[in-house]
Amino acid sequence: MASSGDPPLLAGAQNAWDMLSDEQSQKHITTGSGGINNILGGGIHCKEVTEIGGVPGVGKTQLGIQLAINVQIPVEYGGLGGKAVYIDTEGSFMVERAYQIAEGCISDILEHFPHSHEKTSSGQGKLQPEHFLAGIYYFRICSYTEQIAVINYLEKFLGEHKDVRIVIIDSVTFHFRQDFDDLALRTRVLSGLSLKLMKLSKAYNLAVVLLNQVTTKFTEGSFQLTLALGDSWSHSCTNRLILYWNGNERYAYLDKSPSLPVASSPYAVTGKGVRDSVSSNGKRVRVM
Amino acid sequence: MANRPVSEMRLPPHLAHLLAARRLTTAKDVLSLPEVELMAVLDAGLPTARAAVAHVSEVACPPCQTALALLEERARLGGGGRLATTLVGLDEALGGGIPLGKLTEVVGPSGIGKTQFCLKLALLAALPECYGGLNGRVVYIDTESKFSSRRMIEIGQNSFPQIFRQEGLAQKMAGRILVMRPTSLADFTKSLEQMKVTLLQHDVKLLLVDSMAALTSLENEKATAGSRQHPLRWALSFLKSIAEFSRIPVVVTNQVRSQSNDDGHHFSFEVDGKDDANCAERFDSHLVAALGVQWAHAVTIRLVFESHSGHRFIKVAKSPMSPAVAFPFSVESSGITLLSDEGIDVTGPDITSIRCQGQNILAR
Repeated sequence: MASSGDPPLLAGAQNAWDMLSDEQSQKHITTGSGGINNILGGGIHCKEVTEIGGVPGVGKTQLGIQLAINVQIPVEYGGLGGKAVYIDTEGSFMVERAYQIAEGCISDILEHFPHSHEKTSSGQGKLQPEHFLAGIYYFRICSYTEQIAVINYLEKFLGEHKDVRIVIIDSVTFHFRQDFDDLALRTRVLSGLSLKLMKLSKAYNLAVVLLNQVTTKFTEGSFQLTLALGDSWSHSCTNRLILYWNGNERYAYLDKSPSLPVASSPYAVTGKGVRDSVSSNGKRVRVM
Repeated sequence: MANRPVSEMRLPPHLAHLLAARRLTTAKDVLSLPEVELMAVLDAGLPTARAAVAHVSEVACPPCQTALALLEERARLGGGGRLATTLVGLDEALGGGIPLGKLTEVVGPSGIGKTQFCLKLALLAALPECYGGLNGRVVYIDTESKFSSRRMIEIGQNSFPQIFRQEGLAQKMAGRILVMRPTSLADFTKSLEQMKVTLLQHDVKLLLVDSMAALTSLENEKATAGSRQHPLRWALSFLKSIAEFSRIPVVVTNQVRSQSNDDGHHFSFEVDGKDDANCAERFDSHLVAALGVQWAHAVTIRLVFESHSGHRFIKVAKSPMSPAVAFPFSVESSGITLLSDEGIDVTGPDITSIRCQGQNILAR
């Protein structure tokens, strides 16, 4: 790993120069909205944990499903060609909507690669909504015990399914807010889970996306919205994206990132899925 | 799954004995502890604790399905997974109607028509399939004594005259609707618990709670000062799980209250001096749904009933299948009817706000 061939000074350490080339070759998963991709530095990063939070109805699940579809965009069309694990803790996943979003993604691919229908039949088979749905491994979780169990089990599952490139938990909050009475214990359990997820993302080179809910908090003399699960949890994720309403538009705000400045971008949720908002710029929507 | 006993998990003997000896009898016991604490309880090393956690997790984890398998399963179960409301515009916006297996909320100011809507839904679920119904029983939990049998039959006679003219059909339909009137939250909770088995045995096709918010007022004001736990959180989980496991629609009505200072509206990065101007007008005209933001996150579909500009509207405020859209409606002898099937698009703050411009007789 060390470019000079010298034995490493510290076992397990990697020098920053090598890390730079790793970071540059890191793959991103497009969110469907060029604006959000830009503030994220290309898209959702693999090998990192990204938290996405927002008020009810703003589009968290929509974005989660969009990412589960977009991770599967074949390599020849600029995507990762990977599969998705979707952990649904609230029953918000609607399979008909996932089908619609897959159709939307395929129609955008065909628009940008108009000659793809001339490709071989195996290439054609990949561009069917059913194929995209087959690439989402769906877990329905009904308690925090099951949530802990599935995150623990992921290690084995990912070892057996090496083509998974994104794990989405929708939402990480629900059961921990509902059923966990001992808040101090909750904090410790959550931090254990976030460490595990971080390790998994690095070990298997995949993106981990955690959807979170909002709550109100008394700060600076008034009640404000903030993401749920407390202050300690807010340290756990590498990146944080907050979805909110700004006037009549949906906006995404990059609240936390190791390398990018805070920034916000408008986006829209259309029949085809998450896309750029029409008013932001006149440019045509690019999924890739 | 969480209460799955460790003894049934077929763990390697040394682990099974260790867990039993330390009184960790269910999956929940083992998995609720962080690794380090588990090590302490078991008085064992890290590898042992990890092995125990890995084994228990694998067993306690529910099986996974591909989304394609989910789609095929839904197709096999048939029925399109919806209860059509017969309000054409609304059904179209919702992808066919009220979804099965999910929690749908109907929220709005008092007197606007929520109960009328529920009465019609109850009727529709009871109707035979050839008339677009679910041909099943309905459980109607009425916490405010608003259920009117006479009104429901009037709705039936006016909406489906050809059906209701048939001899004895009115009685048969009404007989399928079971009304419960819990007098306290404990009562409600007990009825729900008993219901899980009953639902499957007795072919119940719809569960309505009218209204959910009233249950919090039925509760005595026990001192849970400082606790931010929602009093209805158990009911919330339970209703969601009933909906999913029985594959039935669960519809819940919610009330409104005026905004208070406790309602946060902005994130810290948004607070930008634009507050003061908006504050005053906001408090005057806007209402919010009772039951709070945790509840709002948990429902899958939210239908807001509101009134403004001289009309009443049903607004699809939260739906995974469609953008926000509002339909003007009125309440007739046949129940709720849409004045237009062309929805009006709703964007921005109008989606979540609830407006009520009532006729204030005292203001004249």
